[in-house]
Amino acid sequence: MTVRIRTLEEIVRPPQTADSPFSTQEYFVNMGPQHPIAHGSLRLVLLLDGETVRRVIPAPGYVHRGIEKMAESLTYRQIVHLTDRMDYLSALMNNWALSKTVEEAGGIATNPRIETIRTLMAELQRVQSHILWWGVLGMDLGAFTAFLYAFRDREIIGEIFEDTIGARLTMNYIQPGGLMFDVHPDFARKVKKLIVYLRTILDEYDTLLSGNAILQERLRNIGVLTPEKALALGCTGPVLRASGVPYDLRKAEPYGVYDQVEFDVVIGSRGDCWDRYYARIEEIRQSLRILEQLIDNIPPGPTMVTKFAERIKIPEGAYYGQMETARGVLGVFLVSDGRADTPYRIHFRSPNFNNLWAITALAPGWRIADLIAIQSSLDLVIPDIDR
Amino acid sequence: MDAEALLEVLIASEPAARKRDKTNRTAIQAPVENLLPLMKRLRQDERLAFDLLLDHTAIDWLAEGRFELVYNLYSTIHGHSLMVFTSVPRDNPLAPTVSEIWPTAHWQEREVFDLFGVLYDDHPDLRRLFLDDDWKGNPLRKDYQDDSMLARPQ
Repeated sequence: MTVRIRTLEEIVRPPQTADSPFSTQEYFVNMGPQHPIAHGSLRLVLLLDGETVRRVIPAPGYVHRGIEKMAESLTYRQIVHLTDRMDYLSALMNNWALSKTVEEAGGIATNPRIETIRTLMAELQRVQSHILWWGVLGMDLGAFTAFLYAFRDREIIGEIFEDTIGARLTMNYIQPGGLMFDVHPDFARKVKKLIVYLRTILDEYDTLLSGNAILQERLRNIGVLTPEKALALGCTGPVLRASGVPYDLRKAEPYGVYDQVEFDVVIGSRGDCWDRYYARIEEIRQSLRILEQLIDNIPPGPTMVTKFAERIKIPEGAYYGQMETARGVLGVFLVSDGRADTPYRIHFRSPNFNNLWAITALAPGWRIADLIAIQSSLDLVIPDIDR
Repeated sequence: MDAEALLEVLIASEPAARKRDKTNRTAIQAPVENLLPLMKRLRQDERLAFDLLLDHTAIDWLAEGRFELVYNLYSTIHGHSLMVFTSVPRDNPLAPTVSEIWPTAHWQEREVFDLFGVLYDDHPDLRRLFLDDDWKGNPLRKDYQDDSMLARPQ
């Protein structure tokens, strides 16, 4: 038996004897927890040789709020509020993932109206999340204009959400058994206008940033992730698909009304930063296709199938449900002892937690500036890592 | 492979494994001694080929004095999925590491070590993940107590 518990200090402690003050020496530098690239509090401990990265040791935990522990004393409807605060850019999809698992486990059947509105909202959020990521990637690589464009266009979707939901970030809209409110009367008109607008603006994005020589130099052939490595490291979402593995839960295990719409799974061929960049741009176009097919076909019906104050009890057992968020597979593992209206244990398999570790395999050998491009192309949301 | 065929193949090749009931997915349970060879077979057997370890976590069954470990597998080649359950005693929570088979387990196991205190045999870098290295206790254990914890209002 060889169990050895280590500490971070042990790893980064300098060697007792340095050869000579003039020889090349590797050294550790903290990047974060406060760093503009992290978009949250992520600490990376870098082993550097000059400006070349030799090793990356991520040290997460600065936004660890113990969501899984808190959830053990909350009812299922209350936990929905916590899911907003994991991957805040996919709040609706997080709400949905929990609701879907609770509905599956508790035997609650929803109706086509609820599922269609959920799918529409999830795709709107995917578009919004990818647009924000696009702007932020531009900013990370020194193109601040992209950031301003992205925030301008993200605002339009934010307003559509605000009309219906009343919130812009922590939605808490999709509940076990239905939706908090029906959609706003203006919803369909605004979404149609958005689809037309975004189609033209995506072409503008391409001329503005995608075709830029500096951006291409910074992304092409940098941080190549092979499909085998991507799977071994547990990557999902656009990161995995950019490496050429067509694993998308919307196709592999359809939920909502994804089985009734036509769209393509976007995959890359090389798995470098550029493929991860363009896969997301292309995913926005696919999401617009889904929105277009559904927006005129919202079936009539109630938006809640359970009574709002009803206490949901789940029979004894272990349940797993999953969903494709903007960043990958969000899994909800739920254990009920069949007695209380709270879970005995709930675990969130978050996409960012698993995608983060790709950086340890991708960055070594590249310069610090390339590490920025690699991290930006992974599109990490830090509170989702720590939970 | 569909759920029935999958279970048949697994139980034929690993006699100690049993189907686990009360789940909404295909699931088996195996004793912890048989876990490592079983996991190796799940990864390497061409009919099974589970190449993606989606998730690994634990459940603290305080009343029964055991931790239940859960591995959630998916095969992108065959498109089938499987959950593997195993148990370790609470007073000696020692399990083999599967990080040799799926490198992503490195960090998933560190999370379970951090929050439950499960020890992984031969893990190359067993460190706390979210909490400080000098933190006392393992918060996701059911008997964890801490000065800042409040009882749920009734």
